Amino acid sequence: MAKIVLKGNGAVALAIKMARVDVVAAYPITPSTFIPEKISEYVANGEMDAEFIPVESEHSAMSACIGASAAGLRAATATSSQGLELMHEMLFIASGMRLPIVMGVANRALSAPINIWCDHQDTISARDTGWIQFYAENNQEAFDLMLIAFRVAEDERVLLPAMVGLDAFILTHTFEPVDVPEQREVDDFLPPYRPKHAYLDPERPITQGSFVYPEYYMEFKYGQWIAMESARDVIDEVFADFASRFGRKYEKVSTFMCDDAEIVLITMGSLSGTVRHVVRELRNEGIKVGVAKITVFRPFPHKEIIRAVKNAKVVGVLEKNVSFGFGGAVYGEVLATVHGEGLDTKVLDFIVGLGGRDVRVEDVKEVVKICSDALQGKAVDKINWINVDKEAVKNA
Amino acid sequence: MKSITKGAIIYEAGSTIKNKTGDWRTFKPVIDINKCVRCGLCWAYCPDAAIIKADDANARQGWKPVVDYDFCKGCGICAKECPVGAIEMVKEEK
Amino acid sequence: MPENFEELELFAPGHRGCAGCGASQIVRWILKIAGPNTICVSATGCLEVFSTPYPETAWRVPWVHAAFENAAAVASGVEAAMKKMGKDVNIIAFAGDGGTFDIGFQALSGMVERGHNVLFVNYDNEAYMNTGIQRCSSTPYGAWTTTSPPGKLTIGKEQRKKPIAAIIAAHGAPYVATATIAFLEDLKRKVKKALSIKGPKFLHILQPCTTGWRFDPSLTVTISKLAVETGVFVLWEVEDGDFDNKFRITYKPKKRKPVIEYLKLQGRFRHIINKPEIIEAIQREVDEKCAKYGF
Repeated sequence: MAKIVLKGNGAVALAIKMARVDVVAAYPITPSTFIPEKISEYVANGEMDAEFIPVESEHSAMSACIGASAAGLRAATATSSQGLELMHEMLFIASGMRLPIVMGVANRALSAPINIWCDHQDTISARDTGWIQFYAENNQEAFDLMLIAFRVAEDERVLLPAMVGLDAFILTHTFEPVDVPEQREVDDFLPPYRPKHAYLDPERPITQGSFVYPEYYMEFKYGQWIAMESARDVIDEVFADFASRFGRKYEKVSTFMCDDAEIVLITMGSLSGTVRHVVRELRNEGIKVGVAKITVFRPFPHKEIIRAVKNAKVVGVLEKNVSFGFGGAVYGEVLATVHGEGLDTKVLDFIVGLGGRDVRVEDVKEVVKICSDALQGKAVDKINWINVDKEAVKNA
Repeated sequence: MKSITKGAIIYEAGSTIKNKTGDWRTFKPVIDINKCVRCGLCWAYCPDAAIIKADDANARQGWKPVVDYDFCKGCGICAKECPVGAIEMVKEEK
Repeated sequence: MPENFEELELFAPGHRGCAGCGASQIVRWILKIAGPNTICVSATGCLEVFSTPYPETAWRVPWVHAAFENAAAVASGVEAAMKKMGKDVNIIAFAGDGGTFDIGFQALSGMVERGHNVLFVNYDNEAYMNTGIQRCSSTPYGAWTTTSPPGKLTIGKEQRKKPIAAIIAAHGAPYVATATIAFLEDLKRKVKKALSIKGPKFLHILQPCTTGWRFDPSLTVTISKLAVETGVFVLWEVEDGDFDNKFRITYKPKKRKPVIEYLKLQGRFRHIINKPEIIEAIQREVDEKCAKYGF
């Protein structure tokens, strides 16, 4: 084990190298560009025994990964924002073909207007593609979750692709010390990928990507559903194995001061640290508030969310995405989970940090203020846009 | 009982042979083997591999064309391309 | 001496291709030349739909399909995988004209530029047949399709066909050739030659489509032949994109037939058959092209 100072992108690239990925196909896009740069450098220097395909688009990046994975090899890529959108079609195809491709995604805002900074609109918009989704809070998590993603994705009970989100610039371009295990330790944790179901071998000719009539289509979708459900336990097993080997413990939802909290704030990604900081401060002021950070968004951690919020009266979801005409996507899922469980907890949505807008301490305090008002029975809005100049749009 | 694979993968190569396309036919090719010069064009041009080269000890080439009516869709390319007019398309009687 | 696999049927019957389907003929023959040590990739299209109705497949070689526009990109990934495993195997991508000329063009250009060792075969039936005959950049001038209907103001497709093989050759691809099933020996030789060359190869094969071109299914080969005999479709090959030194016409009709002989057999040209000025324009264009090629 060595401590190495890495950018988030560097952590993802290093994880791809240490996972001994066979084929990487990638296309440059800010802010994930450094990942294919670094991998092409590893390959060019003979530090990584892989084929690197510098494709002409993200659509082709995912397509080439599908080809390589269909051939039975470990394949990975990285992208961001518009790149993820361009490969959107292929995301469904990778999961439908049950190919455990792993991808790092620098979470960046979507055009228009064009903007290269952080929010989660890109991966949230890919939530229905059948990919497992992890969100990293820091560079250590980005590194670890990439390795974990391969193990989970390639598990016989799962065989679904997985993506790891890391916040644009906040993580991708920020240097942090990362504990990096020995190659041997990674090899023990992540054995070679030897698929029984998908390969391209003239000795054993099979047909992949066949045409399916209504008579069978729904069974295939149900099969994917079952695989994603199976991923719940597999993720827990892999988290436990990872903790026993490397000492870092992951949870689908990690809670901070939730046990007695009247207000629980739900977060994803790098925002979580800021929110915990504010919560610690507010606890000193006697406000009973806690934080539940979602690390695994697909499969959605219903049970873990319930465990985190069961004692709360108000849940505030802070999220960097919006589904126009509804609200935040995470809010919708938390709401369905909480009320589906029969809890009468109030769930409020806070749309924050779109397109790199800072989420400041005072913004989190404002969120808690609104939650406190709701706690006291005051009328509050369900959907709240935070740190946005609402006056500015009046003449637009 | 229905049983599916992962990812709609098909492990039985060439399994369309279970689907007899012969019942698509309205005309069927009939070969006059005495006229046949064994050029093999009917075999070559069949989109459905429905002309088979069967053993024929009497022919210098050692084979003769036989229509596989299980799969022949009756397109008539063989009859059209036969250079000696040895294949006739005959209305299918069903 | 390479092995001969001509007697093997690696593309099984029982597929749902139309009676008289030219695409089936093409695939059947390419696999006869390539043999079993082959992996195929297909774009979405007629071929993929009619050959892999789950749980049946016509393919007796490994085959993979992902989407419409990306056969070349999927093939790039397959090729990289084979390289990583150190396996020497033919990789052949099949795409219709939509998956080659239009939506598949970018991925194809990328694959050729990067130099992947893949034979890309375009079966060109000159329109989007799988969706029901819509115009494509491969559709020839004057042809009826459902989205280039002849109307009071139009004659059918108003634009000319994209010279796809020349465009791919212009990438500097090691081998590019045109072919039709009617000139089978020429096609066989070209497939053999393509597979003997390392790097990206492109075969542009004209594929008369009984359904979309509106002709009797028995005429698939006849029309393939007429396309060449009239000069509408010219058989050639070029290496390294070097049209000055490494270009060759592989078949020259002794006496070119008038284009009307090709057009009149096809329902898609019915509306222009009695319009001499349009037929003359098509003839003139073919004459000019053939003059350039020296016949």
